[in-house]
Amino acid sequence: MCLGVPGKVEEIWEADGTTMARVDFGGVRKDVCLAYVPDLQVGDYTIVHVGFALTKVDEASAEETLSLLRDIGALEAELGVTFQK
Amino acid sequence: MKYLDEFNDPELAAALLDDIRKTATKPWALMEVCGGQTHTIVRNGIDQLLPEQVEMIHGPGCPVCVTPLEMIDRALAIAAMPDVIFCTFGDMVRVPGSNVDLLRIKAGGGDVRIVYSPLDAVKAAIDNPDKQVVFFGIGFETTAPANAMTVLQADRLGVPNFSLLVSHVRVPPAIEAIMSSPLSRVQGFLAAGHVCTVMGMGEYVPLVEKYSVPIVVTGFEPLDVLEGIRRVVAQLERGVAQLDNAYPRAVSFEGNAVAQKVLADVFEVTDRMWRGIGMIPQSGWRLQDKWAKFDAEKRFDVSAITATESPDCHSGEVLQGLLKPNQCPAFGTLCSPAHPLGAPMVSSEGACAAYYQFRRLDAPSPVGA
Repeated sequence: MCLGVPGKVEEIWEADGTTMARVDFGGVRKDVCLAYVPDLQVGDYTIVHVGFALTKVDEASAEETLSLLRDIGALEAELGVTFQK
Repeated sequence: MKYLDEFNDPELAAALLDDIRKTATKPWALMEVCGGQTHTIVRNGIDQLLPEQVEMIHGPGCPVCVTPLEMIDRALAIAAMPDVIFCTFGDMVRVPGSNVDLLRIKAGGGDVRIVYSPLDAVKAAIDNPDKQVVFFGIGFETTAPANAMTVLQADRLGVPNFSLLVSHVRVPPAIEAIMSSPLSRVQGFLAAGHVCTVMGMGEYVPLVEKYSVPIVVTGFEPLDVLEGIRRVVAQLERGVAQLDNAYPRAVSFEGNAVAQKVLADVFEVTDRMWRGIGMIPQSGWRLQDKWAKFDAEKRFDVSAITATESPDCHSGEVLQGLLKPNQCPAFGTLCSPAHPLGAPMVSSEGACAAYYQFRRLDAPSPVGA
């Protein structure tokens, strides 16, 4: 239920007094309400839940997390530990 | 897809598993609160890849599963009324009430519609002014802002034939209930990432302090879940209890201030029944009195409906992490996704359905293992 899917904002417009956007989820496009993340811009990534943008994906934080995970991966490789199935 | 593929990398997953394996020297029991994380864990076999010392207990974070039976019966009663269009999320239509489910109401001629966004229900009300349109507003803090917006939208656009049947639940009181139970074995929590996207992390500070329990805000992709587990285990091994954020790309400490303001304007905290678990104080939201004209429970006079749960369904024990789904005597026999006794066998995020889909051929482990 709390599924939030990341997608890229392609177009923004106003409808019924609300800001809406077309968001691309890897090929599937949906109309999404931006009432809760009003400063989203075209090209931003957002996390969408039941037709509402909940947050802008913080790209710097995403890169930081990935870099931390890769560091753990590199450390494991350096220590010569192999993954046992 | 960017921000999905990178967090599914099998090599990094293996490295994280190795790190957890080296870190864990003692047995630890962790709970993932959110049903979406349960689905990730069981689908990817993460619980089976973890070292033996690290046990994942599946928590009550599937809103469809914990929506109380009497609320389902109220929804069914409204949906069966003439001139009602009953709108719901798709997960809800097969959840069994005392006698039927929403799909059967639909098969009997009821106008039950699955919507993607709650705003679609407001639109259905505008398009059908001679009908009463009701939206079944269930979910945790993640979903509540979307449902709250229907009330503001219906008010703003003047849509008198729209109403909301509210059965919202909140995560922090559920964690409090689990930690204060003498039966609880949980030593650390993966907190539900998207709940915190909305609400921020502040509500978890007192829980960490009161129960000396590590809580790590965690995302939903396999690497997110493994990183959450790694950080909880690391804290437990160091003998510390802290609030940590392993999902910073979507969660800030403050959360979404705009959404919190709308929630505070539309809802108020209330005690709430959880299916299979019972009443948890302060664990829900209901509409404030000023929005009573949009309250479906008041409009349709269904609050007298009460219900008793099936004695064959052990979902309460499953939702509290006291029983693994395949340890339930009804699992796969009396109870299956085609004929569910309880909601956790219905929703794709329910622990029972996840076990049925990915794990039903495994021999069940003994109770308590």
